[in-house]
Amino acid sequence: MSSTRITRRNVLKYGAMLGTALAAPALIQGRALGADPIKVGFITDLTGPIGASGQAAKPGLEFAVKRINENGGLLGRPLEIIAYDAQSNIQLYTQYAQQLVMRDNVDIIFGATSSSAREAIRPIFTRQNKLYFYNGAYEGGVCDRNTFCFGTTPGQTMRRLVPHAVEKWGKKVYVLGADYNYGQITAKWMTKYATDAGAEILGSDFFPLDVADFSSTIARIQGAQPDLILEVLVGSNHLGFYRQWEAAGLKNSIPIAAAAFGVSSELLNLDTSTTEGILTSFGFYDTVETETSQDFVDAMRQELPDSVEVTEVGTSHYEAVTAWAKAVELAGTLDRDSLIDALESGLSIDGPTGRVTIDPQTHHTVRSIYLGQAKGGKWDILDSYADQPPVDTAMVCDLQANPDTNTQFVIDI
Amino acid sequence: MNTAIIILFNIFLGIGVLVLTTMSLAVIYGFMRIINLAHGEFMMLGAYSVWFSTSLGVNIWIAILIIAPLVVAIIGVIIERTIIRFLYGRIIDTMLATWGVSLLLIGTVTALFGNHVRGLSTPLGSFSIGDYGVSYYSLALVVISFVALFGLWAVFRFTRFGLIVRATMLRPEMAAALGINRDRVYVMTFALGAGLAGLAGGVIAPLAGVFPSMGMVYIIKAFIAVLIGGPAAITGITIASSLLAPVSVVGSFLASSVVGEIALLTLAIVLIRLLPMGITGRWPRLSL
Repeated sequence: MSSTRITRRNVLKYGAMLGTALAAPALIQGRALGADPIKVGFITDLTGPIGASGQAAKPGLEFAVKRINENGGLLGRPLEIIAYDAQSNIQLYTQYAQQLVMRDNVDIIFGATSSSAREAIRPIFTRQNKLYFYNGAYEGGVCDRNTFCFGTTPGQTMRRLVPHAVEKWGKKVYVLGADYNYGQITAKWMTKYATDAGAEILGSDFFPLDVADFSSTIARIQGAQPDLILEVLVGSNHLGFYRQWEAAGLKNSIPIAAAAFGVSSELLNLDTSTTEGILTSFGFYDTVETETSQDFVDAMRQELPDSVEVTEVGTSHYEAVTAWAKAVELAGTLDRDSLIDALESGLSIDGPTGRVTIDPQTHHTVRSIYLGQAKGGKWDILDSYADQPPVDTAMVCDLQANPDTNTQFVIDI
Repeated sequence: MNTAIIILFNIFLGIGVLVLTTMSLAVIYGFMRIINLAHGEFMMLGAYSVWFSTSLGVNIWIAILIIAPLVVAIIGVIIERTIIRFLYGRIIDTMLATWGVSLLLIGTVTALFGNHVRGLSTPLGSFSIGDYGVSYYSLALVVISFVALFGLWAVFRFTRFGLIVRATMLRPEMAAALGINRDRVYVMTFALGAGLAGLAGGVIAPLAGVFPSMGMVYIIKAFIAVLIGGPAAITGITIASSLLAPVSVVGSFLASSVVGEIALLTLAIVLIRLLPMGITGRWPRLSL
């Protein structure tokens, strides 16, 4: 151990090393204090089968970033978006997620359209301690300290839609759903809220996403003679149901309340005779009237193609960025743990949808829910409910008590 | 009683849809031995022709029965002349080439018209059988598909063109030696097949909606029907559709769509296992 003697050579060598080590933070910080931008990562589907949803999301995120930059950025630094189009392909999601974290070294990530995409990339961000915001309407249950969910869940939308529909149209209900995670879980919530409202479920059918012929089902439904249909049909093939339903002459005798109708700009692309009267519930419609909603819709309209509606996915991206920015200002740093503390402090913002508050227990949002009915190719807002908590996820998730939880619960109803 | 009638009607509708979406393959695969993986996209082009021409104010029946088959037949000619004609007798290569064509067509249509579902309202109204409402359009679909099937059979059975096509497909060298322009027969047969896909797409459009990837739903069942049908393609698809559709319809009606699909696929596996050459391969006298 005594072999390192104090010689002139050693003093110079270690002195130089020590000097560099001490100067390093200053050198790195020197770079940071310049106009070095904060990198905002964004992955979504802009093309492929579910590309329309991502196209509606992107301008929401961009609008929020633009507003922040116009007001001088965050912590004196401008924001820069690094965006990837995952082309409706889960493999590309994981690849781009790795790229965002490893190569681009972004400071924050927003995005993912489907739940399967989110579950593919969420662990990557959790492992690398990169804060992540998922902003799609989904089936609920994600419980992860590193992830915040700004979309609506069935515990918010179905809780309002189903009792309203049952009271309006009758107590005999037929349930239809897409045969995968989102469809099955949402249909369970529909069934629960319908039974709670005193309705009777006459039958339920589920369809794989590639089913386009509904003639047998339509005959079955007519045999059961329900007062109304509650459905969570998803994707382009399932849209055939509405047309075949109308063609069979049932449009005016059995009304429909739907969970996912409206997410893919259906009102702009289908005949009004097919869509008229369908009842839905979301966190936003382009006809919602709040203080800033119409400014937001106008800004979105300039960016979106004519065939894409301004929907919830646009506002929830806008609000997610806005809430994150507020947390950064509160915390005064981009450090993940300080940001989570700030976001969990009951942080609340006023967005185009109304007041949005982050629920510290579930990392979901307490937000306004609207009921909209298709009328002449537009959404007629029937009712609105402020400050709706995510009651579904709250049944299983408490990140204050168990901060190490990292899973998507399937809630047992 | 009414329930029995409605199930029977749905069975006919199921057979009609299956026959309609399979006839094109019966010609292109059954006669020409080309595995056309762009079959669904030919249907999609037919559907887009209907959507596009009706949005310009053309009568929907003219659009479905004339414009859709014609447009897709012309596209078929172009594809045959530029790609398929180099691949006769190379069955695996046709698969790869037509798969490429399929991707190209989906991509092109998405770029031109976007990724959205275009709606066409279904013409005609509905009528009721007891408590059940049924659309007249479904009835029209059944009629159109059976008329088209009979017409196709009659063309191959009774006309000189049909005889020449059958002869050329069976013994191309011999047909050429007898002075038949082989290339012309090939291109006309391919155009006929493409036109039938266009018709199918046009007829289905008002029920299923129009979007770039709409053809994918139909292609698997169409191939199953052709394979089960066996070498005599037209008789084959008729018998195969008449076996598959009732099983699927009754399954969906009694249990669910998933059970209907499972029943159809199970029957398909059993049939292929028992009759690997197809139904008409077992009984060759059921020719054509």
